[in-house]
Amino acid sequence: MADAAVEVHELVVRYGDLLAVAGVSFTARAGEVTAILGPNGAGKTSTIEVCEGFREASSGTVKVLGLRPDRDQSRLAARMGVMLQDGGCSPSARVADTVALYCALYGRGVEPAQLIELVGLAERRTSTWRRLSGGERQRLNLALALAAKPEVAFLDEPTSGVDVTGRALIRQIVRDLTTQGCAVVLATHELDEADRVADRAVIIDRGVVVADGTLEQLRAGHDEIRFRSDVALDVQSLASHLHLAVDQVAPGEFRIAAASTPELINTLTGWLSAQQLPLDDLRAGAQRLEDVFWRLTGRGDGSR
Amino acid sequence: MSPLVAQTRAEVTQVLRNGEQLLLTLGIPVLLLVFFSLVDVLPTGTAEPIDFLAPGIMSLAVMSTAMVSLGIATGFERSYQVLKRLGATPLGRRRLVIAKIAAVVVVEVVQLAVLVPVALLLGWSPGGARWLAAIAGVVLGTVAFAGLGLTLAGRLRGEVNLAAQNGLYLVLLLLGGMVIPFAELPWLLEAVARVLPSGALANVVRESLAGGTEWVVLSWVVLATWAAITPAVAARWFRWE
Repeated sequence: MADAAVEVHELVVRYGDLLAVAGVSFTARAGEVTAILGPNGAGKTSTIEVCEGFREASSGTVKVLGLRPDRDQSRLAARMGVMLQDGGCSPSARVADTVALYCALYGRGVEPAQLIELVGLAERRTSTWRRLSGGERQRLNLALALAAKPEVAFLDEPTSGVDVTGRALIRQIVRDLTTQGCAVVLATHELDEADRVADRAVIIDRGVVVADGTLEQLRAGHDEIRFRSDVALDVQSLASHLHLAVDQVAPGEFRIAAASTPELINTLTGWLSAQQLPLDDLRAGAQRLEDVFWRLTGRGDGSR
Repeated sequence: MSPLVAQTRAEVTQVLRNGEQLLLTLGIPVLLLVFFSLVDVLPTGTAEPIDFLAPGIMSLAVMSTAMVSLGIATGFERSYQVLKRLGATPLGRRRLVIAKIAAVVVVEVVQLAVLVPVALLLGWSPGGARWLAAIAGVVLGTVAFAGLGLTLAGRLRGEVNLAAQNGLYLVLLLLGGMVIPFAELPWLLEAVARVLPSGALANVVRESLAGGTEWVVLSWVVLATWAAITPAVAARWFRWE
């Protein structure tokens, strides 16, 4: 097992009477992407900001690369990449100047021009922050984190507002970081993104961890079959025919909580055919991370 | 390049590239100096307006840079989370503050390098000037105004801070003995003006450069007091984010 780069134990963060984080514990390892997932207000950013040294814990312990962020921030800063949820640059700051400044501040031998090229901003090197799109700003923020040549990187909502191409680029950069042995801690509420890039997930809801494990562990035992058909499909009739539970999770979208087998698929398609109902978008296998999230947090009413 | 040098360079570049900051730190002082030297409408009480104006405008330049320029820029950096992000680099908060102060000093040197020749061209003759005393006054004034600017920047939202800094700038300019002599103010305002940092700085610099004597000891005490108090208040009340 890889080395623990981030160790959070029974972390509590209070803002006055508000309990934002209520005893969160998890470990993030070198060479892995650990996704901190949760809805807005779950406590993700508060947790990460304690790890980054921006915020003090009300109680509990946090160690990053064996150091305490609240006491050893200056030593930690040189080895840690940080990407804030938003902001971080002056509107009048130019891309090339900002990246060059951060490369100089970290002093890790990262070449600014290469870094700008890496995040796909070579064409925008003379642009100011205020002229960048949301996705370009995120990529610039990522470049500033990479300037540290980090051993641990905290990325807060890195793909927020980023287009499809930009997301693919960011995912590739994150994977490359882990290949180099960096521990990436990624906070997001975009579950599809986490599904694509994370090795492990820590799901936080209302300030507490409701699940922690590899994506395979979180999905285990929750195979399903999903398909689309007529909204008027008789769910009870189909459930009786299959002897399995069937839900309509969204208008015209149905879920059977069972592992996929050729016999079951055959029975399902035969029944739909007999009922003269359409079949679209048939998908079978492990639950998506989004479904894991909804199952574990109990959020939503099945109408997603 | 060390983080401190890199950040100082970035701070200076930011000021010199920013049109509003250039207007504030160089444009307005030069404009006021030239205009009121050539158009004799101010009751300066001196034979040549430039003899009154040159030290006053230099004090104004110090206030513009150390308080308003630094304060507004820092306030917006706080709003945009620039300070927060920089605080997570090896630069750290302490060296960030040092870099900002160093940048203020660099800009002040540029200001004086522009203002002194302009004043000399306009006929200013600082005969018998005690430059070391004037520099000491500028240092105290810089500390006092930087403390004021950072106190506001560290507590107010970006836009509110902008308005507050500009408002305070105007009040301190009008009551600071920089372009309008204390003697021209109503007695109550004059009493207030003499204990303001702008009034104390202008008086100290003017006395050092022109040999005036009125209220000078009190002005040094007032200026030193402001220089001791405002940084402490800023350090106590400043919020980084």
